[in-house]
Amino acid sequence: MTDSKYFTTTKKGEIFELKAELNSDKKEKKKEAVKKVIASMTVGKDVSALFPDVVNCMQTDNLELKKLVYLYLMNYAKSQPDMAIMAVNTFVKDCEDPNPLIRALAVRTMGCIRVDKITEYLCEPLRKCLKDEDPYVRKTAAVCVAKLHDINAQLVEDQGFLDTLKDLISDSNPMVVANAVAALSEIAESHPNSNLLDLNPQTINKLLTALNECTEWGQIFILDCLANYTPRDDRESQSICERVTPRLSHANSAVVLSAVKVLMKFMEMLPKDLDYYGTLLKKLAPPLVTLLSAEPELQYVALRNINLIVQRRPEILKHEMKVFFVKYNDPIYVKLEKLDIMIRLASQANIAQVLAELKEYATEVDVDFVRKAVRAIGRCAIKVEQSAERCVSTLLDLIQTKVNYVVQEAIVVIKDIFRKYPNKYESVIATLCENLDSLDEPEARAAMIWIVGEYAERIDNADELLESFLEGFHDESTQVQLQLLTAIVKLFLKKPTETQELVQQVLSLATQDSDNPDLRDRGYIYWRLLSTDPVAAKEVVLAEKPLISEETDLIEPTLLEELICHIGTLASVYHKPPSAFVEGSRGVQHKRLPGSAGSGESVESPDTGSAAGVSEAPPAVIPSQGDLLEDLLNLDLTPPTTTGPPPPASSGMQMGAMDLLGGGLDSLMGDESEPPPIPLRTDTPQSPQLPHQSPSPPDYSPTEVGPGDHAGLVKLGGDLGGGPAMGTGFGAPPAAMPASFNVPVSGGLDDLFDLGGGVGMPMGVFNPPKTVWLPAMKAKGLEISGTFVRRAGVIQMEMTLTNKAMSVMTDFAIQFNRNSFGLAPAGPLQVLTPLSPNQSIEAALPLSTVGPVMKMEPLNNLQVAVKNNIDVFYFSCQYPISMLFAEDGKMERQVFLATWKDIPNDNESQFQIKDCHLNSDAASNKLQGSNIFTIAKRTVEGQDMLYQSMKLTNGIWVLAELRVQAGNPNYTISLKCRAPEVSQCVFQNYEMVLKN
Amino acid sequence: MIGGLFIYNHKGEVLISRVYRDDIGRNAVDAFRVNVIHARQQVRSPVSNIARTSFFHVKRSNIWLAAVTKQNVNATMVFEFLYKMCDVMAAYFGKISEENVKNNFVLIYELLDEILDFGYPQNSETGALKTFITQQGIKSQHHSKEEQSQITSQVTGQIGWRREGIKYRRNELFLDVLESVNLLMSPQGQVLSAHVSGRVVMKSYLSGMPECKFGMNDKIVIDKQGKTGSTEDGAKSGKQSIAIDDCTFHQCVRLSKFDSERSISFIPPDGDYELMRYRTTKDIILPFRVIPLVREVGRTKLEVKVVIKSNFKSSLLAQKIEVRIPTPLNTSGVQLICMKGKAKYKASENAIVWKVKRMAGMKESQISAEIELLPTNDKKKWARPPISMNFEVPFAPSGLKVRYLKVFEPKLNYSDHDVIKWVRYIGRSGIYETRC
Repeated sequence: MTDSKYFTTTKKGEIFELKAELNSDKKEKKKEAVKKVIASMTVGKDVSALFPDVVNCMQTDNLELKKLVYLYLMNYAKSQPDMAIMAVNTFVKDCEDPNPLIRALAVRTMGCIRVDKITEYLCEPLRKCLKDEDPYVRKTAAVCVAKLHDINAQLVEDQGFLDTLKDLISDSNPMVVANAVAALSEIAESHPNSNLLDLNPQTINKLLTALNECTEWGQIFILDCLANYTPRDDRESQSICERVTPRLSHANSAVVLSAVKVLMKFMEMLPKDLDYYGTLLKKLAPPLVTLLSAEPELQYVALRNINLIVQRRPEILKHEMKVFFVKYNDPIYVKLEKLDIMIRLASQANIAQVLAELKEYATEVDVDFVRKAVRAIGRCAIKVEQSAERCVSTLLDLIQTKVNYVVQEAIVVIKDIFRKYPNKYESVIATLCENLDSLDEPEARAAMIWIVGEYAERIDNADELLESFLEGFHDESTQVQLQLLTAIVKLFLKKPTETQELVQQVLSLATQDSDNPDLRDRGYIYWRLLSTDPVAAKEVVLAEKPLISEETDLIEPTLLEELICHIGTLASVYHKPPSAFVEGSRGVQHKRLPGSAGSGESVESPDTGSAAGVSEAPPAVIPSQGDLLEDLLNLDLTPPTTTGPPPPASSGMQMGAMDLLGGGLDSLMGDESEPPPIPLRTDTPQSPQLPHQSPSPPDYSPTEVGPGDHAGLVKLGGDLGGGPAMGTGFGAPPAAMPASFNVPVSGGLDDLFDLGGGVGMPMGVFNPPKTVWLPAMKAKGLEISGTFVRRAGVIQMEMTLTNKAMSVMTDFAIQFNRNSFGLAPAGPLQVLTPLSPNQSIEAALPLSTVGPVMKMEPLNNLQVAVKNNIDVFYFSCQYPISMLFAEDGKMERQVFLATWKDIPNDNESQFQIKDCHLNSDAASNKLQGSNIFTIAKRTVEGQDMLYQSMKLTNGIWVLAELRVQAGNPNYTISLKCRAPEVSQCVFQNYEMVLKN
Repeated sequence: MIGGLFIYNHKGEVLISRVYRDDIGRNAVDAFRVNVIHARQQVRSPVSNIARTSFFHVKRSNIWLAAVTKQNVNATMVFEFLYKMCDVMAAYFGKISEENVKNNFVLIYELLDEILDFGYPQNSETGALKTFITQQGIKSQHHSKEEQSQITSQVTGQIGWRREGIKYRRNELFLDVLESVNLLMSPQGQVLSAHVSGRVVMKSYLSGMPECKFGMNDKIVIDKQGKTGSTEDGAKSGKQSIAIDDCTFHQCVRLSKFDSERSISFIPPDGDYELMRYRTTKDIILPFRVIPLVREVGRTKLEVKVVIKSNFKSSLLAQKIEVRIPTPLNTSGVQLICMKGKAKYKASENAIVWKVKRMAGMKESQISAEIELLPTNDKKKWARPPISMNFEVPFAPSGLKVRYLKVFEPKLNYSDHDVIKWVRYIGRSGIYETRC
């Protein structure tokens, strides 16, 4: 008789039969029945109807049966809280059982039942179990405190369990210590500022002692906890390191990596001239290499970590290149990671070997891997100058293979090599030109076009080559179009006589027949440059370009520091800070490495803003493996997008520019019947560098982006493609306005924008402009920008979906995570036609407010998942809280007064709104558009007091008092609400509405 | 920490589902099935993030084990735990197959309840677990009070891997040095990379709580002794010592002692276990050398000649020798001539497999093949995968020698001399490849 039969019963009336069996007198039958119930539960059948019958089986001395019943309870107690109470007595009784295994089982299970009434009864037994004479019970109770904290944090604090837990760190049994440490670490994570763990030299000493004695898992808990400690000085740091290093020989890879984490962190504090420092560095290499003979999954985790370690301390593994050579049978994920590390370790000393390997890889089967290998060859050329020649000849060999994707990839990297070593390898251009026809990927086409344009004077038939591309101009991707435009202009400047016609053709294609604002803009700039001052044009377009540097793929230093503190964890696998993929308060705290030797500054900085460059990026979860080798140059293939507002001066400058250029235009345009539209750069954010920084060459802009956030910004732009450019025509109001709400838009621009608005329409509902929520590079080419609007009581999410990928996208669907106000799609996402490459589509999604609720931080944060035929993507965005202000938000005067008095003063919050130049009536009008209703107005000593109310969709009322003093641009606003946490959001909303 | 653990069969049906954390919803089970098991393209990472939930998976035959979490967990630990889980299950019911998992689902739930608490791994040593998770439906009163506290102190104690009161009439131990030698060689015979990864596996049947000390010809130890002992002795043994790049130990070994004195001392678990793993890269004895010769005759024919040379003492015998020569996809026919053993062209594997049962040291053998190719338009060149080789030799390619294994049991009256000890060396091929 085997148990597998339980998985197969699917007949009708099963539940009824089971019920009978559960109530059978025969013990064996009972047990069989419970087994059946558990099997059904496993495969997802709902057997909650059997709750009372199963619980009745709980009173048994058969341990196996008891465990099964407990398992059932853990699954269904939450759905049947009232009946779960029936189990309490047995639990409490079991907690007193003479058998420690049963005591522990009871307390362990009780902690897993998330029913308030059970939790109440848990406190007393738990208190006893924490002090139980048996270590097995104590270690179980320690974890139970963490469970209880997850259910009811306040209760744990009130009952003083935290102190008892702290005492357990001094327990005589190592496993109890380890579990107590694990529980405390977890609780401390949700209270970042509490000094719960209170790590001091005494406790550290206790932990280090327990480290030698506890199980492998316990060692991991302790090491991970140690990693959060900051030693007082280098001496303490060294003594801890000395006691941790033996762990590097543990058979469990997790123990090893956690030990590496502690060492990597504490090493920061050791003076570099210390002998011990050198010893430690030497000790780290062998265990890291050993990890590569573990199972492939562990190898993958290890390699992702080694990638970080190598960036932080390249000296550790610099002699270990060979172990990263790819084996034929490695899984693909291991191969790709190894390749990354090989490039990082490449140096003059080992380059010959590395190149031989890479050449070998380039003949493998897996397309991704081959491409990456080819790119790696290019990276080597750029990184190690001595090897450049060999790399180029290797690449030429590869081009001879005529394998389509190899050729394309090779051309992309050769372009980079040209940029690093100008005037050195141009002899290969002829070979490249032979392969023109086989290029079908935009990146390769763009690279080839760049090469032709850049070296037009050396290519006899450059004009023919470029002309051949021009035929299908409109079918090309933006990247290629922009590049073609630039290349032809270059060609014209170099060989003006033969190519006049060609340049006219491309300029008119770019400016008149294209819907892409970036392309049009660039077209106009060139046009004017050429027509006004060809000499200047030459200086600008053919300017000498800065060389590219080799290390652009490094992880940004602050992020790297943080990731080093998370070695071994998921963050180190994703190469993202925990805040990017962990929900709620956990993991939001950013960790930093301690300061260098001697400086005893504090390390665990709660100052989350310090890693701003990182945390501001929209949280994205999937590690972007491919982008390590992203080309160095394509930044300007698509101009950068800055998310900030245009510089205030820009409009003026452009007007000036227009005057300057206007004259020459007509002559150049010749047969143009109507004067060309003036390129009001309504969507300036996209490429400010073109008009403003004329000395910089308008094609490849420098890639040696400076350190820090700027780099991120430019890179982002580069990959974004056209950015939020949705403009339909120059005269139309801007589709994409500056993203941040709180920045005042300069007066001049405002006027320009407000063309349609005219005067006397203050009542218009303010709807924030669309912003990019999901950049294309994070979503395999799908870009989503959007905004929220409320029209006639209906909340809508208006989105523009743009396909920046090569393939058609279909099957769109959308889903929200639980959020503070229960926003949920009221219908499916209506994208009925497939979205072809480079196409945009507008979609309006009506929202309801009856979805599941979970408090978000910030309150108006919304996490969205969008699916298409390619993948699922995630982003988060914030909606203005006014979307939730109901139309019936006007309170009766009397009610208002009473409510205002009724809400305790503690709930009142006051804010200042600065630089607002509306009078009180205008303000009131404007606010009413967003369903903020003025109930009364009072004037006291020249100060207008507006009393206003609004009602959120979930029934929360917010009352406001707005004080406006004539002549003073600063308003004061007091908000009262029974749920004070919304005040901040409401205030931000006021500010936004009033300033727009 | 781990939020839940699921086991699926190859079709993606759930066999076991245990959720530990409230943040893991029921839909997580389906999310993994849809996005990983049934994914259109094979998943390219053992860690996947689906809807802000991270999934770790490993596969054993056609069974999927997935751990799921929403937190920033220690990823290495999760994988180590999954492997451990497989070991524990295998120790209880043998091979991890759908049938076995279904037959033992109650046991698996019981184990999961014990070795993972709120997602934190607990003691997972089979030795300890088997003392109280027995699946015999034992009644709680069954154990005496002493027995109970003995169980709990073992599960939580410092020596969680061994129980007290073990008795054998014959104290015996078996020690196997198992090495796998890995090689990547260029067609010209240049060693691109070579390393040995070795394991010392023991079976111990010893009474009481014996204290063991293991010694081998580790260069560092020998050199140290050489300094203190007579210089002559040091010079002599110095030749035979080996440089160990790195080693890792079973948790029974006192690591701090190894770190300070480089001595390996431990109280062994009862029965089978792996005492240590090590890795060497210097002075490796490569048991075989493969010399390939590939000639393309026109577009439709390949001539391949492969010579293997054994490179060890002629008194020793290598066994289970297998050479695998990959052939192009458009192979239409193969003619084979080999001096020794049997060779066969396996079209389904795109390879010529040449098997030789035994081969003594310092010998040479060869195979020649004529491969007929179908003409194709495929521009892509044949990738020429490396020639790989399998074998087993009765020595340790790293040169490792066991010097001693001493057993002390002060409480019981048996001494080191009474213990019967068996030592065996087996060298196997790991990834042993020669490019052609």
